[in-house]
Amino acid sequence: MSGKLFEIVTGPLSSDEAARRVAAPNVGAIVTFIGTVRDHTGDRQVDYLEYEAYPEMAEPLLAQIGREAQERWPSILKVAIVHRTGHLNIGEASIVIAVAASHRQETFAACSYIIDRVKAIVPIWKKEVWADGEVWIEGPRQPDPATAGAWAGVTPFKAARQ
Amino acid sequence: MIQVSVRLFASLREAVGQKELARQVQEGSTISDLLGALMREYPRLAQAARRTHTAVNHQYVPVETVLRDGDEVALFPPVSGGAVP
Repeated sequence: MSGKLFEIVTGPLSSDEAARRVAAPNVGAIVTFIGTVRDHTGDRQVDYLEYEAYPEMAEPLLAQIGREAQERWPSILKVAIVHRTGHLNIGEASIVIAVAASHRQETFAACSYIIDRVKAIVPIWKKEVWADGEVWIEGPRQPDPATAGAWAGVTPFKAARQ
Repeated sequence: MIQVSVRLFASLREAVGQKELARQVQEGSTISDLLGALMREYPRLAQAARRTHTAVNHQYVPVETVLRDGDEVALFPPVSGGAVP
């Protein structure tokens, strides 16, 4: 982890390190969120996850989400969002978020907003690998056109007729 | 003809077997035209690309977008990063 506020990395994540990125003398509260790799999805046993990103597009979108949070909650002074890619074992952190403000009240809501937005619009994908197979997990939602651009929604048959 | 690069991610990358392609297309072609041509070239892509998201030069854009020389087109499935749901 380098010190950038919005970053895609390949090495291990640290919430303490993310918190240091947003620390400042006028900060009185830092909320951190850590997303970790769980060993199951429903009844299915997960061996590990493989994360892939489009970093050139993902990092600017992480920064955009930080700006959105500050517009919604102007008390937020600084945001850091760091996402890891590659092979992640059970229990390892895939994402850390740190939200700093002078007072704590709005930091919790802002942090919750940020993780929801990351999952909705940032081009990062995960593959679940089990003992006897694997599957790419596809998000349920299309990006919000107002803030992220339009969703393609093309079907192969429609496109093939072009 | 204009020259574009195509970046592929996750299931679409695996369907094509490559993460990047270079293609020449007719001037005035849209992303939809390009996607249709790629689906004919890579039948597995047609199955994988039912809900394709499209970006040009790192911005989400609709498939009707007209391509320009030198564009970087990205094709990918709905995103699923962050923590495990």
